[in-house]
Amino acid sequence: MSSHQISVTINGEQHTREVEARLLLVHFIREELGLTGTHIGCDTTSCGACTVLLNGVPAKSCTVFAVAADGAEVTTVEGLGNGGLHPVQRGFTEKHGLQCGFCTPGMMLTSKALLDENPDPSEADIRWGISGNLCRCTGYVNIVKAVQRASELMKENSDG
Amino acid sequence: MIPPSFDYHAPDTLEEASRLLLANPEAKLLAGGHSLIPMMRFRLAEPAALVDLRKIPGLSGIREDGGSLRIGAMTRESELEKSDLVQSRYPLLADTTRVIADPVVRNLATVGGNVAHADPGNDHPAAMLAYRASFVAAGPSGQRTIAASDFFTGPFSTSLEEGEILTEIRIPEAGPGSGGAYRKFERKVGDYAVAAVAVQLQLDGGRISGAGVALTNVGLTAIQAGAAEAALVGSDGGDAALDAAAEAAAAAADPTDDHRGSADYKRAVVRVLTHRAASSALTRAREAS
Repeated sequence: MSSHQISVTINGEQHTREVEARLLLVHFIREELGLTGTHIGCDTTSCGACTVLLNGVPAKSCTVFAVAADGAEVTTVEGLGNGGLHPVQRGFTEKHGLQCGFCTPGMMLTSKALLDENPDPSEADIRWGISGNLCRCTGYVNIVKAVQRASELMKENSDG
Repeated sequence: MIPPSFDYHAPDTLEEASRLLLANPEAKLLAGGHSLIPMMRFRLAEPAALVDLRKIPGLSGIREDGGSLRIGAMTRESELEKSDLVQSRYPLLADTTRVIADPVVRNLATVGGNVAHADPGNDHPAAMLAYRASFVAAGPSGQRTIAASDFFTGPFSTSLEEGEILTEIRIPEAGPGSGGAYRKFERKVGDYAVAAVAVQLQLDGGRISGAGVALTNVGLTAIQAGAAEAALVGSDGGDAALDAAAEAAAAAADPTDDHRGSADYKRAVVRVLTHRAASSALTRAREAS
């Protein structure tokens, strides 16, 4: 059983801690740093509630050891808006893209990465893009609308 | 769920990784971790040590060289999805990658991990058998190349020796008249296949001169369906040949009853998917002629 000193930059702030090798990134984020916006859902790499951006890419943080994220840049839902609301957060608010809210942080981070790569996705692109994030409330209809709205808002922002 | 304790190593070279494996017989390699870490959380795997490959340079990338498509073992599945080379010239591989787990998992899951983990439910092994791929392994006695047909020895078992590490996957370079397809039936996104079929064809003067047919999750390993291949080779790809190949593939399947369906049902799925995959592979091979 080994422990290691790691430095992970989360939402722009560097955190250095001594961690046991078996500590999962999601536990590091929630329990070591107290950032509880990242949720634990299924614990089986299925639901995507724990999705964070790991070096800019959506990743299920229940399936990454914290020690393997040494040196990485992580964005959690707390860092998404950078002080205000990100267009994705505004889209989810305006289009009621959530009911219980449990899947929402992961859903929004996956949506942000999708829109960064494909600013004008079709409905099929969106449903495909979020297919690794499960929602048990909405039937996805309003989530798709929320991502479409976020796409509009991001375009308005870049036009203005 | 918390995985059991282990010692973690992240060596900078393959030689050091190989030495660590030999020194720790209960060690496992960590690539993308998206099969291993769930197994560790369920305590289905309790390795005493993990040897993380992430710091070793040169294990990622996709390129054509020396008559092969060469894929570094640490290449992420999402890199195959975004590769113009794979998407334009290797349709069987492109089909396969698209149905592995889900998009978020594919950002970290690696091609080498999918192959070397050798879960009979994994999708790459059948595609590699159909492609007649080979695998490059580095170990204490140097480097060697293993044919896909010699690689999968049992569930979660391969012919890699102690201290050997899969470093590269080689697929014969796509030429005129080649085409393939992967058809998977799954209950939902991210599930393992009820059954899936990989078909790779080579056309020569309108006739099939080479065929690879392999099956996912209907046996203890991915199964190369030699009789189905024989039914296709020499034919013009007409319905009679496709029907014969589909029957032969269903006969080669060795499924068991489980929550994904009865053995008879899975055999029927193999029959249908073989027909569909062969038909699609044929269309693509004609387009590439």
